[in-house]
Amino acid sequence: MATVSKKIVLKVNGHEHTVAVDPSTPLLFVLNDELGLRGPRFGCGMAQCGACSVILDGRVVRSCVMSVDAVRNSEITTLEGLGTPEAPHPLQQAFIDEGAAQCGFCLSGVMLTTKALLDANPKASDEEIRDALGGVLCRCFTHLRMMRAIRKYAGARKA
Amino acid sequence: MIQTRRDFLKASGALIVSFNAASLAPLSLDGQRPFATHPSHIDPNKLDSWLAIAADGTVTAYTGKCDFGQGIFTAQTQLVAEELGVDISQVKLVQCDTDITPDQGTTSGSQSTPTNFNEGSLALAAATAREALLGMAAAKFGDSADNLTATNGVVTSKSGRRTTYAELLAGKHFDLPLNPGVKRKPVTQWSVLGKPVPSLDRAALTTGRFEFVQNVRVDGMLHGRVVRPPEMGATVAVVDEHSLKDVGGFVKVVVRKNFVGVVAETQYQAEKAARQLSVRWNPGPELPAQKDFFSYLKHQPSHDSLSVDSGDVDSQLRSASTLLRASYTYPYQMHGSVGTSCALADVTSDRAIVWSATQSVYPTRSVLAKILNLSLESVRVIFVRGSGCYGLNGADAASFDAAILSQAVGRPVRLRFSRKDEMMWENFGAACAIEQRAGLAPDGHIVAWDREDWVTSLGSRPGYDRPGNVISGMLLGYEPEPLQPGPAKVPKGEFRNRSNTVPSYFAGCVGNVCGGNGSIRSERAMTHTVCSLFFTGPLRSPLRIQNTFANECFLDELSAQAKADPVAFRIHHLRDPRLIAVVKAAAEAAKWDARPSPGPKVGGDRVVSGRGIACVDYEGGNGYAALVAHVEVNLDSGVVHPRNFFLAIDCGPVSNPDGLRNQSEGGILQAVSRALVEEVTWDNRRVTSVDWASYKTLYLGYEMPAVECTFVMPHGVPALGAGETSITVTPAAIGNAIFDATGARLRTIPFTPERVLDGLRHVNQAGVTRSS
Repeated sequence: MATVSKKIVLKVNGHEHTVAVDPSTPLLFVLNDELGLRGPRFGCGMAQCGACSVILDGRVVRSCVMSVDAVRNSEITTLEGLGTPEAPHPLQQAFIDEGAAQCGFCLSGVMLTTKALLDANPKASDEEIRDALGGVLCRCFTHLRMMRAIRKYAGARKA
Repeated sequence: MIQTRRDFLKASGALIVSFNAASLAPLSLDGQRPFATHPSHIDPNKLDSWLAIAADGTVTAYTGKCDFGQGIFTAQTQLVAEELGVDISQVKLVQCDTDITPDQGTTSGSQSTPTNFNEGSLALAAATAREALLGMAAAKFGDSADNLTATNGVVTSKSGRRTTYAELLAGKHFDLPLNPGVKRKPVTQWSVLGKPVPSLDRAALTTGRFEFVQNVRVDGMLHGRVVRPPEMGATVAVVDEHSLKDVGGFVKVVVRKNFVGVVAETQYQAEKAARQLSVRWNPGPELPAQKDFFSYLKHQPSHDSLSVDSGDVDSQLRSASTLLRASYTYPYQMHGSVGTSCALADVTSDRAIVWSATQSVYPTRSVLAKILNLSLESVRVIFVRGSGCYGLNGADAASFDAAILSQAVGRPVRLRFSRKDEMMWENFGAACAIEQRAGLAPDGHIVAWDREDWVTSLGSRPGYDRPGNVISGMLLGYEPEPLQPGPAKVPKGEFRNRSNTVPSYFAGCVGNVCGGNGSIRSERAMTHTVCSLFFTGPLRSPLRIQNTFANECFLDELSAQAKADPVAFRIHHLRDPRLIAVVKAAAEAAKWDARPSPGPKVGGDRVVSGRGIACVDYEGGNGYAALVAHVEVNLDSGVVHPRNFFLAIDCGPVSNPDGLRNQSEGGILQAVSRALVEEVTWDNRRVTSVDWASYKTLYLGYEMPAVECTFVMPHGVPALGAGETSITVTPAAIGNAIFDATGARLRTIPFTPERVLDGLRHVNQAGVTRSS
């Protein structure tokens, strides 16, 4: 039984893409292999770490456990969709300013979870921020700098 | 997308000249002989092996020390800019590629800074280049080089004449040897080094543009997965390829001895194939129960070694007025990279190219040549950063696996581990048991200290010739490095700290020469190396974190017994001025309240707090650190929460203060996780901690303690390692703070609430009195 490949239209970072894939393929693989995006990354394949995070219609989701078929009508934003190295998003700028990375592999989970939270709740307290990041893993343990960057961004956003 | 050394030099202009001048002979590589230690074709004694300056003035530097998140890429770029006298933006650093960069072995052991920033290698190359360029300018001006200065690639004479590096070199090779006597830029004149230059990868990382090895793609590439055995020692009985007949895109099942892998057109198909492939395995041996593991360990055959033995410890301990004994244990722990290991291999009948996140491109090349049966010259390994590794994660194994699969299908194969592949089969940080005995004089002085440890070992880095040191090689039929049981020999020659086995308080006397940091002359440090149940390997602060935990906590026990202040007690038994200096600096930063531990219990509060200190001279001479921890302990729940850390670190001159701070903070916080929650688990057959639900770690939601760093920088000392010092002292500092807060001495990592509650029960039963 050969795999049935279907044409699927995806809206990613403001652009439409048509891909022909097995509709049950995890969204992450399509973003990485079909669209060549580097932001979302495979960490566990079980939604335990957050490295594959993307924003889907304003909510942060784990693209490793979501089939591409399920997201065909959604707006998808990856880390690339926020800003560019030349014109980073203020959240990205805050992470740059605070040097809030070591290996940087986990950043999609950290930054997109933060963005989705603060978009929905701009006045989120430290505790609410930590709560939102409770399922996001940074094994280099850049926790302090990341929290500093997030607070800086959240503060500037309020002001 | 593959660049060769020729391309680089061509881009820099140097090759064009080389062709003209050398009658079209391919660049020089043939002319450069393999050098003594490793089979490198790039001569590290030649300046052109390290550095090229293009006709437009851009500088390309080549290093064999690579960055996996620790910031060494930025620091090395600063180094080249500083020593050469150019702006940092003009320097392009090329790291770890066996066709391009000099063989600097493995990027490990906190050795990159000592290797490349002091008397040799990259620093020497950049300084030699500057000297040569000033010499050229002097000849051009008819002036003395002493009258010239170089800044931003521009040479200026006192008389106002001016030229540039680009003009002077005009795209040519230097064609010079490194000058070991070259004058180096003194620390006092640094303008690029010593500054908190932002790490150069930040913008790409935070905007999702950074290329990890997981992102590398080549045309015609297939996807591979491994199918690992269910347990250690299991062997293949039957592989049923028919089980994959309905998997779309399936290309091939590859079986070589006990190595099993699948290749398919897409990642998803490869994943399906790996899950669906039916393999019957012959079982491996049963495992000893985890709860009894450390007593099991002490009864196994072992390879014994003595780091130091004054020969009189038994008699001294018998006559001491007080004798203390304690047993410490440290579990297997994981690197547990957040991204699973990945590699891309393109192997044809006569050559191989492997994109790998290995810390050891040259050794990996050598092992790849062996397992692929290709000549060394036909294998190229290109380092591309992976997820943070902290030592030997699955990167080497994944590189071998990708190459085996690519060779079998004759096409490029990208291999990525599943989470379970990664966590079940990586080379864990070793489990250790440490027995301590020491005697005190009536005045509280330590008169003798005897310590022995049992350390688990199986495999390690594969090095240049040992594929079996990691799982892939063993499955292919290669043996791990054998352990030869045998008794210890009397230590001879120079004193060796041996993985911080030896407490800092030992005099370290071998043959009447005392190389230790302390004053205790009745001393013995014995190590029993025992065959491990699972693969082990270097995990950030390998054996140093385990030994330092046991040594620094036991010193604290002695201090408490002597009713002495732990800082004063340390200083009293230390001789090394740099170690004493960091102890003092950390205590001062923490506003240490000098008194014996445990401290006075405050009121009827159910959350108590305490402070603890620990210090280390990493490996004996590669970085000094002392750490004060302030922790809270909930007496009802047993939960330990570190609240503040004060680190004092001396790694000599600091190349990048922000980078050092980032590494120091990261090390401490990683150790908070390792001290409080991390532990590999197993049942009677196999490892059971195979994902983030079964292997505990502290997520970003954990409220991490504040960390304050103090840099102690003596004048006129060389640069030392820094990436592993802070992590080394953290578990001991936390353990000592828990004791200070509660009177409970925890001798087993991790400090779980159950262990804390158990410790508290013992304190209550014993009715330990608290000093005030």
